[in-house]
Amino acid sequence: MTFRKYLVLAGITVFSTAGDSLLARGMKDLGNVNVSLHNLSSLLLAILNPWVTAGILLLLAFFSCYISALSWADLTYVLPATSLAYVLVALIGHFRLHEEISPTRWLGIALIAAGVGYVAAGPSLTPNRPRRSTLNATLNATQDAMRDAPPDRVPRR
Amino acid sequence: MKELYAWAAIGLVVLASTTGDVLLSYSMKRVGDVAELWKRRGFVAVIGRVLTTPTFALGLIAMAVAFYSLLFGLSWGNLSLVVPASASLTFVANAVAARIFLHERVGRQRWVAALLVAGGVILMAV
Repeated sequence: MTFRKYLVLAGITVFSTAGDSLLARGMKDLGNVNVSLHNLSSLLLAILNPWVTAGILLLLAFFSCYISALSWADLTYVLPATSLAYVLVALIGHFRLHEEISPTRWLGIALIAAGVGYVAAGPSLTPNRPRRSTLNATLNATQDAMRDAPPDRVPRR
Repeated sequence: MKELYAWAAIGLVVLASTTGDVLLSYSMKRVGDVAELWKRRGFVAVIGRVLTTPTFALGLIAMAVAFYSLLFGLSWGNLSLVVPASASLTFVANAVAARIFLHERVGRQRWVAALLVAGGVILMAV
């Protein structure tokens, strides 16, 4: 894992949070539109709202980060990163909007953070074709480990 | 009756978004490391390669189905039931599907993480 890859994972969290918030803000502007096939036109016109447009652009950025992360990491590695968005939303609500967070919600935040940290500590890619490419994946994992190891852990002569 | 509809929608969300995630992950593994491809062949080649992968389009369709099921679910059930229930069940379903269809090695570490995250999502919504 390189710094650039952690940036992509952070992008997943930040862009999805920001995109969702902007979308929600824009949809409030439109009032209570009943989401149904009958007022499809009002739903299509929602795109013209600047908040909604900005939200959609950010969600596109989220999707690009998401699929690019999937190109070099396991699904079970990337998914927990997307759930950090829940934590981010709660923290923004608490510190910026001064919302109360109940003890159960803090516990939920702690569980999600623990789960994400637990996965992030492991390898990002496990062999997906066990019979043929185990050697290759082992090589990659070793390379990753060597790249990540601090210099003083490298044995000196 | 509305309760039943809401749970049917939740089930559909879980099924469709798991299918979508697995298909997207499968397609992107076939495309290969995007950053490396970009360096070698340029940005347009990346877009072209992604869009011409047939399973990618299928994944997008599954994601769209999941999104609209969520919208319908929200019109039948409470926000505080539908969103956390579908999100946390999707995490567990994805861990199972990734193991079966993508042959990812979902060890104890990732199982524990999936359960922790799913539990956390539920707690945050109570």
